[in-house]
Amino acid sequence: MALIEIENLTVTFTANGRQVRAVQGVSLKVEERQSFGLVGESGSGKSTILRAICGLAPVTGGTIRIGGKPLADPRGKAFSAQVQMVFQDPYASLHPRHTVDRVLSEPLAIHGLPGTDQRIEQALSDVGLPAAFRFRFPHQLSGGQRQRVAIARALMLQPDILLLDEPTSALDASVQAETLNLLSRLRAERGLTFLMVSHDLAVIDHMCDRVLVMQHGQAVEELSRETLAAARMTTAYARALFAASADRMLDP
Amino acid sequence: MSLLSVSNLRVTFDTESGPVQAVRGVSFELNRERLGIVGESGSGKTMTGRAVLRLIRPPGRIEADQMLFDGQDLAKIPESRMRALRGRRIAMVMQDPKFSLNPVMRVGHQLMEGLRQRDHATRAEARSKALAALQAVQIRDPERVMEAYPHELSGGMGQRVMIAMMLIPNPDLLIADEPTSALDVTVQAEVLAILDNLVKTRGMGLIFISHDLRLVARFCDRVLVMYKGKIVEELAARDLLHARHPYTQGLLNCLPRIGGSREPLPTLDRDAEWAR
Repeated sequence: MALIEIENLTVTFTANGRQVRAVQGVSLKVEERQSFGLVGESGSGKSTILRAICGLAPVTGGTIRIGGKPLADPRGKAFSAQVQMVFQDPYASLHPRHTVDRVLSEPLAIHGLPGTDQRIEQALSDVGLPAAFRFRFPHQLSGGQRQRVAIARALMLQPDILLLDEPTSALDASVQAETLNLLSRLRAERGLTFLMVSHDLAVIDHMCDRVLVMQHGQAVEELSRETLAAARMTTAYARALFAASADRMLDP
Repeated sequence: MSLLSVSNLRVTFDTESGPVQAVRGVSFELNRERLGIVGESGSGKTMTGRAVLRLIRPPGRIEADQMLFDGQDLAKIPESRMRALRGRRIAMVMQDPKFSLNPVMRVGHQLMEGLRQRDHATRAEARSKALAALQAVQIRDPERVMEAYPHELSGGMGQRVMIAMMLIPNPDLLIADEPTSALDVTVQAEVLAILDNLVKTRGMGLIFISHDLRLVARFCDRVLVMYKGKIVEELAARDLLHARHPYTQGLLNCLPRIGGSREPLPTLDRDAEWAR
């Protein structure tokens, strides 16, 4: 049984009496300890799928099951102990007036977990930040350091699943490499399952075992890592995305 | 003679804790070609582009031994002459159309504003020139776009509108600051093709500022690599894979590649020597 099972998911937003179907009948399965990628352009619905899992988008059809069980609505504490999300922009996703200490201790307080001090110190060292950063505010950190704090926050409750929404697209290339390495290491150490969204096919290829190409809210093609590397995709859109991918530009 | 010749450009910000040099002695020449400036956040690439147009507000200061553009020293001429150059001879395309277009003004009005004010064009002339400019950036339904507000356009469309606006006065030099970073990869390719075509057909000089080495390698003729306010390496774009400087090599190597190994990506070990 797959850890994450999404069947025929449809998300519909209603704005000014007009209906926008952001996700249209998408199905996917992610096995335990696997890393699954969603790739596509803006508006393809890839982030909306992650938000739907967290209960942040209006699901109008289909089912989402985690560990075989349908999700409770609203999601509740059991869900947040199992599934956590890392957002795209670390400048926007951390509260500007909360110290790192407060950001990291809040999930512990909500879930009534003991040993706050020791857990926070451990969390900081796990993501490669010095303990002195504990009482800093987000504006005193660089973009890469903020994203490390966001990852540490997501891991505070020791979840099994991380939903990663463009975790490195706001970062410089060298900081992106450090952050991707950190994520790979944490996944190996803790046996995490990743569902990762990116517009960068090379990043997805580096991180994921399988990838689903999306366009206009629909699934276009699911590719294994081997198929992608050998450019054996069958749909025109997946091929176009592959051809336009930035890393192809270095080939003569 | 080159179109633009900058020697020893410095941009300094006076802060409470003393002066901070964002650009530290940058020199380069530009002909009617595509010059890329790459570097990470804070490397001074955007400041270099803005300094050419003297678009840095106090407490920032621009100093240069010389910034020759068409026989005029941009570092010395009075502000009034500078205003006559901006837009007309040297234009700049900003990064994000969401923040650079006026959100409460129709696109057509924004395009025509410059023509009406600067060139004293009649309404009909301005309109036909604006429509032609939109067609030049391959917008298929210019009539509709003229009537639209910026939020009604996609990112790619917005960026085309910005480029169209900058091209109306037919400048000699276009400075494009991350013109495609806010766009999707497939749209990015289209916008670059448009820019490329315009540079070729109009014989403009282009300064293309970007953090993306791969993009610059494919799109430009020559590349300046900046680190902490200095140029650490200058090379022909086609030689980028044979870059000598460890910083340039590091930037290239830390990018993941499709079908690459799953080993940890090489990270950049910064050497204090590079910033000297």
